[in-house]
Amino acid sequence: MTFLLQQTLIYTVPLILVALAGVFAERSGIINLALEGIMVIGAFVGAWFVRSQQEGGWNEEQAQLLLLAALLVTAAAGALFSLLLSFSAVKMKADQTIGGTALNLLAPALVLFLVNIVFQQNTLNLRYDAPSWFMLFQTDFGFERKAKLGLVGDLLLNKTYLTTYIGILIYVVLSVVLYKTRFGLRLRSCGEHPQAADSVGINVYRMRYLGTSISGALAGMGGFIYALTTSNGAANGDVAGFGFLALAVMIFGNWKPLNIAVVGFLFGLLKCISACSGTLDINGDGVYTLAQIGVSTYVYNMLPYVITLVVLAFTSKKSRAPKAEGIPYDKGQR
Amino acid sequence: MKKQRTLWNDGSKTVAASLLSILMGVIFGGILLVLVALFLKMPLASAWEGFRIVLAGIFNTGRNYDAGSVLTFGFNPRLMGDMLFRSTPLIMTGLSVALAYKTGLFNIGAPGQYLMGTAASIMVALAIDTSVVPAALVWLLAFLAAVAAGALWGCIPGLFKAYLNVNEVITSIMTNWIAANLVTLAFDGSPFINLVDYGKTGFTLKTSTNGVATAKLGMDALFGGSSANAGFLVALVLAIVSYVVISKTTFGYELRCCGSSKSAAKYAGMNEKRSIVLSMAIAGGLAAAGAALYYLQGDVEFSWHTSMSLPATGFNGIPVALLASCNPIGCVFSGMFMAYLNISGNQLSTFTAYNEYIADVIVAVIVYLSAFTLFFKGLMDGRRKAAPIHHQPGAAPPPAEPAREEEKQS
Repeated sequence: MTFLLQQTLIYTVPLILVALAGVFAERSGIINLALEGIMVIGAFVGAWFVRSQQEGGWNEEQAQLLLLAALLVTAAAGALFSLLLSFSAVKMKADQTIGGTALNLLAPALVLFLVNIVFQQNTLNLRYDAPSWFMLFQTDFGFERKAKLGLVGDLLLNKTYLTTYIGILIYVVLSVVLYKTRFGLRLRSCGEHPQAADSVGINVYRMRYLGTSISGALAGMGGFIYALTTSNGAANGDVAGFGFLALAVMIFGNWKPLNIAVVGFLFGLLKCISACSGTLDINGDGVYTLAQIGVSTYVYNMLPYVITLVVLAFTSKKSRAPKAEGIPYDKGQR
Repeated sequence: MKKQRTLWNDGSKTVAASLLSILMGVIFGGILLVLVALFLKMPLASAWEGFRIVLAGIFNTGRNYDAGSVLTFGFNPRLMGDMLFRSTPLIMTGLSVALAYKTGLFNIGAPGQYLMGTAASIMVALAIDTSVVPAALVWLLAFLAAVAAGALWGCIPGLFKAYLNVNEVITSIMTNWIAANLVTLAFDGSPFINLVDYGKTGFTLKTSTNGVATAKLGMDALFGGSSANAGFLVALVLAIVSYVVISKTTFGYELRCCGSSKSAAKYAGMNEKRSIVLSMAIAGGLAAAGAALYYLQGDVEFSWHTSMSLPATGFNGIPVALLASCNPIGCVFSGMFMAYLNISGNQLSTFTAYNEYIADVIVAVIVYLSAFTLFFKGLMDGRRKAAPIHHQPGAAPPPAEPAREEEKQS
């Protein structure tokens, strides 16, 4: 059980972060289909940064500091890359779906081109094993190696990553910012009724640039966290549809942070089960329940999308999608 | 004044805007090559070589090692034929996206429809024993099965859009990934996997092992050593049919009306729900037909572990359609252009230090810029300030603009 929850948490954190990235863009009025592409860029920049710093003298004691620096770098990279989207959507008033699709095509192409030519291989790996450098064990928190911490303690203090805490912290802080601050209210108003927002002196263009940049920063960070915690920090121009899964989480969560957290956990659980259903021993009693049920891993993989479709079918009338998302704002049309 | 308008009408401006996107994309690719060469301290001559291959990849005939290993160029029938073969599925997915766009729908679901077509065509082609049923008939059945599977897959977003007003982009993304897992699930443990050749279990059997292969119709003689076959001609015919249906029939008119304004179409007594569902179904069928034409070639292996990635050919239907401004005939040319870039990329990784992904970068840049078509057109208008063409009543409105505003979920 502990193992299952630990693994689920590892999938959940990047999932909800990237879903929140989608919320920030859409609440400001920009459809961000490029989440997947931005994640790819974040994973690549993060891997490159960590690798070069590992080669350039940082040692294992400073690993957590390096991780913090890497998060900042990947957030900057994601925000920078997302400027391509906001420029096309805000300044050029171009179709946002096409812009997002273009970035989704550009990111893996650019990453694979660079990885192949600079490193002469298909996948960019970290210099040293990610778990051995960055994973936190209960001994790091001052507990005995054999000490029993219980389920919650095990979950939060053993075999975790610093990114898990930071991810959850950022998620909570930004959710509060979006709903409880003046900035958040202004941002949301630009996604609902930009004309009204403009009429009271809010700069819609700037808000949309900001919303998309925050979105890019979160997605870039999410991409790096995903790569670090699930695939040993390797960057190969692919995050296996995780950005689109985050989009599904956002829609199912009805653009609301609390719902998104719940849905993110559910989908993270499914993702985790599909990754290890054959070898998963839930209760630790030597019975591989899921393997005995014998449902293919692909079914678990598919379920989040099927569930989202079904939910969409039933709740389409009650959808809280931002009303003005996807429509370029034109001052002249006020 | 009047003459100028006919010379520089909306159509030619659209073509000019597309060409401008292509030009800028290729220039970007060139700059990237130079930057990488500088960064990695490679000789600039290598960037120049790379750029020449990007520009004229299919005329590349390799290197002449006797003359100081210079690149040689000339007619290369193999690459020319391969370009036609690879353009076939691209033209079809391009048609798929274009047709949906005419109805005001953005078919980002082409990859899923393409996958469903792939699975259906391969399964039917391998499952029916050709010693009982003639191979040509099996080919036809496999093709039709693919079209049916793709149409079904396209229907789902169509139904959601028509009856529940759910944005088709969202549902298409869901159906894409459902298809990706469904196809892997279907092939997992099936008899269609290649267990015969060593190390090939990740692939399906070639359809030629069951004697099913697209007729060559002399294309192999014309383009020696290539995979060219009659599939390209089928795509050509389907493009012409699509053009006629869209532009010359009542049905096509209804689709376009629905694309321009759903409520106006409804007010005029058209069944706009039917138009949406049919348009998506046909789009799905076209994308899947592209998959069938590609995989029924006979010697193509399908890597069936698709649960983690979607086929690029499906997504590349979007640039094909955008470059052609959603004109079905234009899709033939833009599809061939995309295949041309693809072949150039392969030549690049074979003969230089660079790799084939530069072609994908260029495509992505072109897609990005093609969203600016309206802006480019505005620039062209600006230069001839005497002719306010964009207010000219005869000029067709940009296809998706009016529709997009209504696509929002309420």
